Amino acid sequence: MRPLTEEESRAVFEKLANYIGKNLIHLIDRPDGPYCFRLQKDRVYYVSEESMRLSISIARPNLVSLGTCFGKFSKSGKFKLHITALDYISQYAKYKVWIKPNGEMPFLYGNHVLKAHLGRITEDTPEHQGVVVYSMSDMPLGFGVTARATVDTRKLDPTSIIIFHQADVGEYLRDEETLF
Amino acid sequence: MGRRAKNKQAPPEPLDKKEYNSPKRLGKRKAEDVDDKPRPAKKSKDSASTRSKSKSKPSKTGSRVKFAEDDANSSDGWEDVQDEGVIGDLDSLLGDDDDMLRGPVQEFDFGSDADEDEPEPTPLLRGRKSKQSKPPAKVVPTGSDDSSESGSEEDEEDRITIANMAARSRALDEQAAAEAELDIAEQQAAAAASEDEDDDIDMEEDANGDIDAEPFRLPTAAEREEEKISVPDVHTVQRRMRECVRVLGKFKRLAEKGRSRSEYIDQLVADIASYYGYNEFLAEKLFHLFAVPEAIEFFEANETPRPVTIRTNTLRTRRRDLAQALVNRGVNLEPIGKWTNVGLQVFESSVPIGATPEYLAGHYMLQAASSFLPVIALAPQPNERVLDMASAPGGKSTHIAALMQNTGVVFANDANKARTKSLTANVHRLGCKNVVVCSYDGREFPKVMGGFDRVLLDAPCSGTGVISKDASVKINKSERDFTLLSHLQKQLILCAIDSVSPESKTGGYVVYSTCSVTVDENEAVVDYALRKRPNVKLVETGLEFGREGMTNFRGKAFSPSLRLTRRFYPHVHNMDGFYVAKFKVEKRAKAKKQEEEEVTVEVIAEDGTVEQKEKQEEVAFDSDEDRPYLEEAKRRRMKAKGLRPPPRTKAPAASATAKASA
Repeated sequence: MRPLTEEESRAVFEKLANYIGKNLIHLIDRPDGPYCFRLQKDRVYYVSEESMRLSISIARPNLVSLGTCFGKFSKSGKFKLHITALDYISQYAKYKVWIKPNGEMPFLYGNHVLKAHLGRITEDTPEHQGVVVYSMSDMPLGFGVTARATVDTRKLDPTSIIIFHQADVGEYLRDEETLF
Repeated sequence: MGRRAKNKQAPPEPLDKKEYNSPKRLGKRKAEDVDDKPRPAKKSKDSASTRSKSKSKPSKTGSRVKFAEDDANSSDGWEDVQDEGVIGDLDSLLGDDDDMLRGPVQEFDFGSDADEDEPEPTPLLRGRKSKQSKPPAKVVPTGSDDSSESGSEEDEEDRITIANMAARSRALDEQAAAEAELDIAEQQAAAAASEDEDDDIDMEEDANGDIDAEPFRLPTAAEREEEKISVPDVHTVQRRMRECVRVLGKFKRLAEKGRSRSEYIDQLVADIASYYGYNEFLAEKLFHLFAVPEAIEFFEANETPRPVTIRTNTLRTRRRDLAQALVNRGVNLEPIGKWTNVGLQVFESSVPIGATPEYLAGHYMLQAASSFLPVIALAPQPNERVLDMASAPGGKSTHIAALMQNTGVVFANDANKARTKSLTANVHRLGCKNVVVCSYDGREFPKVMGGFDRVLLDAPCSGTGVISKDASVKINKSERDFTLLSHLQKQLILCAIDSVSPESKTGGYVVYSTCSVTVDENEAVVDYALRKRPNVKLVETGLEFGREGMTNFRGKAFSPSLRLTRRFYPHVHNMDGFYVAKFKVEKRAKAKKQEEEEVTVEVIAEDGTVEQKEKQEEVAFDSDEDRPYLEEAKRRRMKAKGLRPPPRTKAPAASATAKASA
């Protein structure tokens, strides 16, 4: 476990900013005590300082996870957000998409969101913007990247893709072995 | 609500029962519960069968049937509910219907209500002959009818809900009528085929009425040997078990002359082992935990699955909202009981309960009802530091985190690295942000980190409480497993106690739990901890139901405070067999006293040798005098290794000389 280097922090924050924009500051400045990012075996964890201090006494090979895992660094140094970060991302998301009940299961199986399944979408969402996907009952299901800006979607046919799938909560079951 | 689903899973009420009184009382209670609720399908079926019976049979038989039904409805409702699954299984296994059906019902009769209920039916029963003497139990709609005749329909019916209740009950009526007719035909055929068997049963009935026509004969040792070689007939084994239970209930009156109680018990244990498929060692171990009729109930209960339960994740949702969401997905559920406000019992579901969007979003956790208990006992408070020593797959850890509302820190430890994956997945899925997952052997713990406010030790165990979930326990546990496990548990419990900070303002508690019912994994371990750590004491668990822990068991006496621990049984509480003990760790202010005690002990042990020591100081080393001690130490070492030390030939003489010199 160690703090992130300059480069690593930039990679993480850039990725996060894609989804939560300026709300990023709320992750650092929290009213309920200081939180920090820590790197442990490629994984980036977001954890309260209290927890972090206590878990210093756990040896590296024995420490499996602490706080919330945000994602991992690939071998080439790129940062990939994991579904486990959904809690915080959905809390501060700028752009949101709601999908209809009949689109829930296809999305949870790892498919892209089609126009036919689109329930609601934040207005004036730009193209290639990170968005959080909710069910119609406001339950966060995952996140993705818009394929088109909101204004362009009206012309599309129902089978075209609106949002590219990035992560969904179905991964807890599908990728339990590789996710952690 | 599906009638069948209800029957498969007994209603959840018994979970909040205060005390277990007697199987009979429980039966009454449950029967009443069941009867309170509207059960149109069942009633209509009963009435239909009555109608058809009276049509096709002479009036005398009709009245008999009616009586049987009354009987079934009033007193045997419980057996009806509980035993259907098992009986169904047995029935389909054996293809031999009515006698098997009657089995468990009769067992209970022996124990409790033989005297009050019997006199009325006996004249009727005795009066009729083979064909008519068919037991009425068949009329009571049971699982066996469906499993053998309409297994495919059952699945369809499961899906049916309130919406088409009326249509269903009508269909059931017709089906019942058809079944009843079939039954009659079957009964007659069977009666003709096995007239002698029926006579046997009549005898039993008579025996029930305390007139022994043909007394039950316990097989001799030679006969038992013989039976071991050949394949035992399940039917005779079952009958023998029933008889043994009856005889053991009133041993003085009913036992054969010249046969001891232990012979009957040996026979019964052997029969239980072969009938339920246990190895003999485990069957005996479990048998001795209970009184005889209750032991049979326990083994029966291990054959039926426990209800599926889920725990609401209060970090994400409320129970009412979750129940609403799941009902909309076609799940039929109900709160578990009054003792928990987060548990839901699932009766039936049209969707896989472990893969709904709500599950994936972490709104609930699939968790046995018994797993709530240790966490309720632990009662973690916000802003504490809590350790869960053996936590995978994280049901209890996440429950702790939820009760602490994501404050403080929870250390979820598990020795098995592979299992920490699912643990981490569950922790993240349920949104627990205060959990640190680590993978140490639990015995390393006070060294890694101490000073916890509360520690939960859900110790690795033999799993004799969850046989209904994992039947492999029945055969793969031996004496050695139990010694190894209880040794490990004793080490772990001391580590758990040492990891707690006695200075903690809010806590200082340890909860020890296992999903096992044996005494050497539970009371013996707790008693050991009490003896080894004088600064801990048992406190109330805060669970208002469950049976008290045992304070003595087969010649072993434990501390009387073990009454504060709680045991849970599948046949009593309709949840997995479980054990919960809660300790309070206090400061070691008595450290000085302890030292004094040790000193006094030394003096007592060597009272004669005190002067000797002084002498020794002058003389330095005297090998002659030390020889007996060396010898003794050597013997002890050999014993510890499991070797038999040579007989004491020289030793007494040597010690005598030592004494003389002293």
